[in-house]
Amino acid sequence: MLDYETLKLIWWGLVGVLLIGFALTGGFDLGVGALLPLMGRSDEERGAVVESIVGTWEGNQTWLITAGGALFAAWPLVYAAAFSTLYGALMLMLFALFLRPVGFDYRDKLKDLRWRKAWDIGLCIGGAVPALIIGVAFGNLFTGVAFALDNTVRVSYGGVFLDLLNPFALFCGVVSLAMLLMHGAAFLHLRTEGAIQLRARRAAIITGVTTAALFAVGGMWLAQRNGLQLLQIGDVNTALRPGDKTVGMLAGGWLHNYALYPRTWLLPLLGIAAALLTALSAWRRWGWATLLASGSAVTAIIVTAGWSLFPFVLPSSMDPASSLTLWDAVSSQRTLGIMLIVVIIFMPLIMLYTTWVYRVMRGPIRVSQPGAGY
Amino acid sequence: MIPAADVVELSRLQFGLTAMFHFLFVPLTLGLSWILVICESVYVMTGQQVYKDMTRFWGKLFGINFAMGITTGITLEFQFGTNWAYYSHYVGDIFGVPLAIEGMMAFFLESTFVGLFFFGWDRLSRKQHLLVTFLVALGSNLSALWILIANGWMQNPVGADFNYVTMRMELTSIGQVFFNPVAQAKFVHTVAAGYVAASMFVLGVSSWYLLKARDTGFAIRSFAVAAGFGLASVCSVIVLGDESGYTAGEVQKVKLAAIEAEWDTAPAPAPFTAIGIPNQKEQRTDYAIKIPYVLGLISTRSVDQQVTGIKDLRLEHEARIRHGMTAYAALLKLQAGDTSPAVKAQFEAAKKDLGFALLLKKYTPNVLDASETQIKAAAGDTIPQVLPLFLSFRLMVGLGFLFLFIFSASFYFLARRNLAPQRWLLRLIVWSIPLPWVAIETGWFVAEYGRQPWTISGILPTRLSASALDASQLHFSMFGLLAIYSALFVIEMFLMLKYIRIGPAALHTGRYFGETTNDTSALPAQTAASH
Ligand code: HDD
Ligand code: HEM
Ligand code: HEM
Repeated sequence: MLDYETLKLIWWGLVGVLLIGFALTGGFDLGVGALLPLMGRSDEERGAVVESIVGTWEGNQTWLITAGGALFAAWPLVYAAAFSTLYGALMLMLFALFLRPVGFDYRDKLKDLRWRKAWDIGLCIGGAVPALIIGVAFGNLFTGVAFALDNTVRVSYGGVFLDLLNPFALFCGVVSLAMLLMHGAAFLHLRTEGAIQLRARRAAIITGVTTAALFAVGGMWLAQRNGLQLLQIGDVNTALRPGDKTVGMLAGGWLHNYALYPRTWLLPLLGIAAALLTALSAWRRWGWATLLASGSAVTAIIVTAGWSLFPFVLPSSMDPASSLTLWDAVSSQRTLGIMLIVVIIFMPLIMLYTTWVYRVMRGPIRVSQPGAGY
Repeated sequence: MIPAADVVELSRLQFGLTAMFHFLFVPLTLGLSWILVICESVYVMTGQQVYKDMTRFWGKLFGINFAMGITTGITLEFQFGTNWAYYSHYVGDIFGVPLAIEGMMAFFLESTFVGLFFFGWDRLSRKQHLLVTFLVALGSNLSALWILIANGWMQNPVGADFNYVTMRMELTSIGQVFFNPVAQAKFVHTVAAGYVAASMFVLGVSSWYLLKARDTGFAIRSFAVAAGFGLASVCSVIVLGDESGYTAGEVQKVKLAAIEAEWDTAPAPAPFTAIGIPNQKEQRTDYAIKIPYVLGLISTRSVDQQVTGIKDLRLEHEARIRHGMTAYAALLKLQAGDTSPAVKAQFEAAKKDLGFALLLKKYTPNVLDASETQIKAAAGDTIPQVLPLFLSFRLMVGLGFLFLFIFSASFYFLARRNLAPQRWLLRLIVWSIPLPWVAIETGWFVAEYGRQPWTISGILPTRLSASALDASQLHFSMFGLLAIYSALFVIEMFLMLKYIRIGPAALHTGRYFGETTNDTSALPAQTAASH
């Protein structure tokens, strides 16, 4: 069996992989949903836009569900602390997500035009709101969440809902929205034809440039802010009591890892470059290249955020020592080991059959085709 | 600081409501998916078009229901973290495992292939499509397996041990968690209950078509599939029931005593109280009518084992609370840094009762200074309210026998080819469509309410499990959930009824009622004959 320290590191990577898996697949569904009213002007066009994701969005959303489950199993305290302290934001995200399964399934069930319009608005909300809130939640990691742990490792919350909506977090929400809109546009650009494709192309160009710019500004803003630093912690190869550590505050601390390992500057640079490349490829009408570039941008941006926080995963603004790290907020060695085996068995299988399903469903979407409907 | 009582109550209410709501849709997914597999297999083997139409029509209803299953499931997946944060920390090391496996092994399977089920008819060969349908059914049923392993562990927490460094339960044996007898019994019972619900649904809708004399060829075949599948399922619900579940686990014993209103330990084999009114205050059952031996047989599957009564269980629990207090005292020392062998030994010796000491937190935050009356009160808390459990259980069992009758009669008249004249039976079936849901919800009520005051039996009291929220946050979430879910439920029912009314004509094949002049005439010859 791998030693505990290695397992902890691996799981930091795996949680990241699941989140990136969701952003890459569920991400373009959210983006397409949010773009729906802009991309489809007529009912037929909106039907075609929906058709581009209707057969596969369900599997894509499962990345989010599985990321939730894996977080529970691998980092139970993070699952507990993050979701309970971000309560209001999370509930709003859930409410928006509710509209998706029913929206996709029910919109074609009646002939009435208003019925479909209503569901299309629902799908737009169900795409845009989660994209925004996920970003706001990430932003709150950098500002820190107002919680503390007591000696029974119970989480108490010291803030109010509006704290979650601080300027920096809201800015991160906008970055996340722009990024997923870009990804959605890149996907639509590949899958559709004619007028929709033209609109998707324009959207990809605009959001590609916007994402690059916002992300760069976010980085500069972050450099001005304080960040946490882990000064002392017990033997990370053993089980640690969360809260038993010394944590310091440093101006620009969230960029400290880049100073320590200068080569990792490539990550944010790749994020910016790939976002710009998305715009460029869309402009040159390179379908696959656009999607690949936007996928790379999404990946690089998420990895950048994760690496900036490393080894923290949920910083506390109220009591820095209570901040959760990948060393002390994790499951037992046995659980991590078992879950690793599960991942090694099932992830390749999932990739395999997902690829097969995408192959079966491939081919351009045409507006003239009436949607088959569920 | 443990959460305020109203936050705990509201969280319980919210979890109970959302779980019960989720479980309005789950049973149909579980059962209907197999019915689709059966219909499509017949289609692939015989090539008869009507079986493809059956798969597609019931598949449409499946889809309407499935969407709500997903919509309501997402909430539950996140609710452990949002509302039960301390619970998630305390047992996530074990409880999270089946949940994560469920995602990777089951949800991915069903969700990835369900799209292909609907949109793959023209893109796949017959056999490939059947495989897809099968994988959807397999995925949903595997998801039931994993979530019930998680839920079974809450009733009978095996394969885990407390770690005082991390202040939580940690996994010691994954095998014990997977092969937990409570979980196995739960899985069989719950999944079979879902099959019963789906069979009753198909049986009922088909009966309605038969009563209206429309789409009879289509309806009679669907009726036949549902009658066969339903009869087998109801037999497993009743016979395999909660087979071995009750011999294991502390909460299960209390639950059994409560649903039987077994106040005093009766000499083996215990009689079964068929009817009566449990009186919690006086600790007796008024107007009881008892059937000798039956309880002992049901619950221990033997004639010589005892069923422990409520009064004795309560005394046992009082002793365990006192014992748990010594564990608590040792835990405080360990936390303060005194890890001498003596303290460790004291903790090891008593830690299996630590959870019982935690029950005292409701009365005194310091636990160790609990008075005699407080200890007695905490022991009293371990006994759930008997009356609701007693009645719900009888309702479920009674309905089980009604279903047995319905499916047997359906099967009988079908086999005699004498179904159409039995209009009373067809009407009874139509009216019985909602009843499996009643049985299922009461079953869950027995299982979950009967677990109180614990979230994890004997380990973690509900009172301690909740998040540090304030009541206004719960009002907000509850309001949103109720508003959105009610609206979606109305829409779902509307679509369901609408598509049932349209019937297989919804497939636009031109062969069914409302599409052509005469519905059955368009079916192959052997279809209309004989029934
Ligand atoms: C016995 C079966 C059973 C039970 C007890 C539960 N579920 Fe469930 N769940 C299913 C059986 C199921 C299913 C049959 O697999 C569903 C229902 C309809 C559906 O579409 O899939 C589903 C859907 C479903 C989804 C959406 C999955 C997807 O996107 O594919 C989630 C996240 C959950 N459930 C989570 C939960 C949680 C956290 C539960 C416990 C509190 C729970 N379910 C109880
Ligand atoms: C298998 C997965 C399930 C798990 C893990 C689970 C877990 C829980 C938890 C954590 C609570 C709140 C704590 C408590 O009050 O004890 C609860 C309460 C409850 N659950 Fe479940 N539950 C599951 C399935 C269900 C289903 C499917 C139903 C109903 C159809 C249900 C009905 C209830 C009810 C009625 C309560 C409230 C009981 C009370 O607090 O008095 N549960 N359950
Ligand atoms: C006829 C004989 C039946 C018996 C003896 C029986 C027994 C039980 C018992 C003892 C429980 C509580 C399990 C626990 O607390 O762990 C239970 C739960 C349950 N029952 Fe039944 N039941 C019967 C019929 C039915 C029927 C007909 C249905 C639905 C169609 C049903 C659905 C359920 C469900 C969904 C649960 C909750 C899940 C579980 O705990 O297994 N039961 N049943």
